[in-house]
Amino acid sequence: MSSILKIDKVEKYYGSKSSLTKALNNLSFEVDKGEFVAIMGASGSGKTTLLNCISTIDKVTSGHIFVGGEDITKLRGNDLNKFRREKLGFIFQDFNLLDTLTAYENISLALSIQNKSAKEIEKRVNDIANKLGIKEVLNKYPYQMSGGQKQRVASARAIITAPQIVLADEPTGALDSKSSKMLLESFEYLNEKLNTTILMVTHDSFCASYASRVIFIKDGKLFNEIVKGNSSRKDFFDKIIDVVTLLGGEENDNY
Amino acid sequence: MTTIKLSFRNIKKSFKDYAIYFFTLILGVAIFYVFNSIESQTVLLDVTQSTYDIIDMMTNMLSGASVFVAFILGFLIIYASRFLMKRRNKEFGIYMLLGMGKRKISMILFFETILIGIISLAVGLGLGIALSQLMSMLVANMFEADMTRYEFIFSSSACIKTLIYFGIMYVIVMLFNAINVGKCKLIDLIQTSKKSETVKMKNPMICTIVFIVSAIALGYAYYMVTGGINETIKTAEDIFKPIIIGGISTFFIFWSLSGLILKIVMSMKNLYVKGLNTFTLRQVSSKINTTVFSMTIISLMLFVTICVLSSALSLKNSISTNLDELAPADIQLSIAVKDDDELNQGYTKKQIENSKLGVRKTLEAFNFDIDAYLKESVEYNSYRMDDFTFGDSLGDSLEYIKNNSTSMIPYNMPEEIMTISDYNKVAKFYGNEEYTLNKDEYIIIADYDSMVAIRNVALEANQELTIFGHTLKPKYSECQYGFTEMAGNHINSGIIIVPDEIVNEQYISFNSIVGNYNTDSLDKQREIQEQIRKLVNNPLASEYCLPTINSRVDISEASIGLGALVTFLGLYLGVVFLIASVAILALKELTESTDNKERYKMLRKLGADEKMINKSLFRQIAIFFMFPLIVAIIHSIFGITFCSYIISTFGNEQLLPSIIMTAIFIVIIYGGYFLITYLCSKNIIKER
Repeated sequence: MSSILKIDKVEKYYGSKSSLTKALNNLSFEVDKGEFVAIMGASGSGKTTLLNCISTIDKVTSGHIFVGGEDITKLRGNDLNKFRREKLGFIFQDFNLLDTLTAYENISLALSIQNKSAKEIEKRVNDIANKLGIKEVLNKYPYQMSGGQKQRVASARAIITAPQIVLADEPTGALDSKSSKMLLESFEYLNEKLNTTILMVTHDSFCASYASRVIFIKDGKLFNEIVKGNSSRKDFFDKIIDVVTLLGGEENDNY
Repeated sequence: MTTIKLSFRNIKKSFKDYAIYFFTLILGVAIFYVFNSIESQTVLLDVTQSTYDIIDMMTNMLSGASVFVAFILGFLIIYASRFLMKRRNKEFGIYMLLGMGKRKISMILFFETILIGIISLAVGLGLGIALSQLMSMLVANMFEADMTRYEFIFSSSACIKTLIYFGIMYVIVMLFNAINVGKCKLIDLIQTSKKSETVKMKNPMICTIVFIVSAIALGYAYYMVTGGINETIKTAEDIFKPIIIGGISTFFIFWSLSGLILKIVMSMKNLYVKGLNTFTLRQVSSKINTTVFSMTIISLMLFVTICVLSSALSLKNSISTNLDELAPADIQLSIAVKDDDELNQGYTKKQIENSKLGVRKTLEAFNFDIDAYLKESVEYNSYRMDDFTFGDSLGDSLEYIKNNSTSMIPYNMPEEIMTISDYNKVAKFYGNEEYTLNKDEYIIIADYDSMVAIRNVALEANQELTIFGHTLKPKYSECQYGFTEMAGNHINSGIIIVPDEIVNEQYISFNSIVGNYNTDSLDKQREIQEQIRKLVNNPLASEYCLPTINSRVDISEASIGLGALVTFLGLYLGVVFLIASVAILALKELTESTDNKERYKMLRKLGADEKMINKSLFRQIAIFFMFPLIVAIIHSIFGITFCSYIISTFGNEQLLPSIIMTAIFIVIIYGGYFLITYLCSKNIIKER
């Protein structure tokens, strides 16, 4: 399998020389096409910084990030925007839907920005809405929808442009457990049936257990990595919990 | 003291948010100073006493208008500061969470207001003093006085007045802030930032109906003030009808259009989903949806601004144009013939006797040869009989007219009568039309519209008149245009022109000379008039009646004064109204941008270019600014037509240049605010 995302010795420093914070410290890993990867770590471990660097919202201090073979740390100005709108899809914790727009318009906006024709937009929006089961809320405004519906609309918006990789930042953070489960199932669906590559940042072990691989980060460095393989989700969840305990345990030792 | 430090830092930090507020305050202070300092600017001008009297009246009216202006600016400042206060609720919440008392917060706000006040007053006064130097040029130009010397002018009285008025406004702002903080609850302060907007789509059917109904109502209001003005507006109170109808229908037009436009563009799918159009349009429609009321007010204020500015400027223009038509000769000298009844009114027997001499002979008695100064002249008489009054000339129509007109008409005034040959001499001299008359005919010459209308009733009825024992019938069935007395506007209420043969010398009431000087120099002309006026000091003055002087120079000075008065008043009120309305628009737009920061962040993550986002922002602000302006402009087309009808006695040929002037004003002020708003908004939504 070809790698769609390659993180190559990435470092990200904050602050001045006297008080340097290494948010990312020589981090390297790869994500293959069609993978569903979860990144876990305690708060302050650098996982959000990593996501920001991949999404080009933040710049790395050194190292390279390749998406589909292209070095995105070299991109400047409008190439960055072009990269974002064509190669990436975003899903956020607080949905980030525009509340003056209907669900349909929220989804179609991603295509409008790429200047697709009205006909194509309509076809693709209806198509994705069918697959994610949000057909009946298309004409509703965000305030008329439940949290789960909103998050599925946000997912639809993220994948409608057929991005190389979808970045999800704590997607279940604002959902109740039932909605979380539904959303994660739709992620599974996107990943397995539509072959979407997903990189998800989370601190929730249950959430991570839906992924095919989990990467643990600590203090900006790769801490551990476990693959689901053929094990059941229950077993995988237990394994994740073990690593999380280990993570927390070491942390506690520090104090 | 830490409180002051905190206030300082707050202002510095939020300077971008405050930019429009500051800008408006400074502009307000500057304008207030400039218009109140006009008085001291005129001191230096080299003008006559009569012009000074007018300037005196003007400064009085301007200071009266200043009270009104202070109210408008006061409301604007309070509105703006409350607006900015709401934005800082979270900040206050944090202060309170940290245990700061409300009193302390009030103190912070108190110092902030003082700081803002001091800075804005200092900068505004500086700007005002600079602008007033330019203004003095305009003042000199208005009064057609020479700016022989330039002097730096500082009006301490205007300065003190500005300080007092704005000081009071700031104190009120402080009180409002203190009350505002006092009412705050911690939970509200912290939660205000998080509220999701609910979008209410209006029913397109209802929108369409409301739109059509209000468009028809508006059309009717337009008709009332233009085409149907004679049927619909009979009394002064009637003028409120179209204003009220217009105001209400404007509100409903904004209400319905905000829903309709969205629906219409949505149906044009290709346009709607192109680029950020969906987003832009939704933003605009939600903005207009929530601000229908303020949009209406702003639009109506703009409408008033446009009408006041262009009417005032055109009034000034037409006053100067009319001068050529209504004061075609340089000088008019008249002596009223006195009769014995006036012995009791302070005239000597000798004077009454000599009043029959006429202008020329009287002046000769003083050894003053008027013809030495005149290049050309004509002499004429007019006649009056105590028993032939205005009422008499209306004849059989008098009862009908009395019942249908106001009671102010002086029916007992003796009618002025002239012979046809005398009138033709004057008419020829003035360049007016000359007439011929049969032995048994008369003509009425008049140019004062309302009197013309009354007289025409009798003329149409072919009213026969008995004058000097002769029965005459009207030659024309309506009044003819013309006048003999020079004036600033159309005031000839009627002269009856009769055949030469019938008049009786005994009834001469005025002897007059109109002439043109043999010099074009206005100063020399003034000098000659001064000489005639000074004859009063001559010992002979107790024996003669001196002629009254009516000169083009005097009329023009009076007109210029009136023109200047109207122009300055119009400029003052117009500019203040404009600033008030556009400042509200700008403030609303800026807070919108702050509230929508997250949305733009979202668009960036979706990969929208900076260019796309800026274009969308520009369009939003442009539509938000243009919408009320366009409605105001449509209103103004009819409003100005109405205004020019009202002031039609002054003529309205000069409307176009003043409309262009108004447009320039609006483009500069409105455009300036638009630009600042756009740049500030761009800065606000920029990613840091």
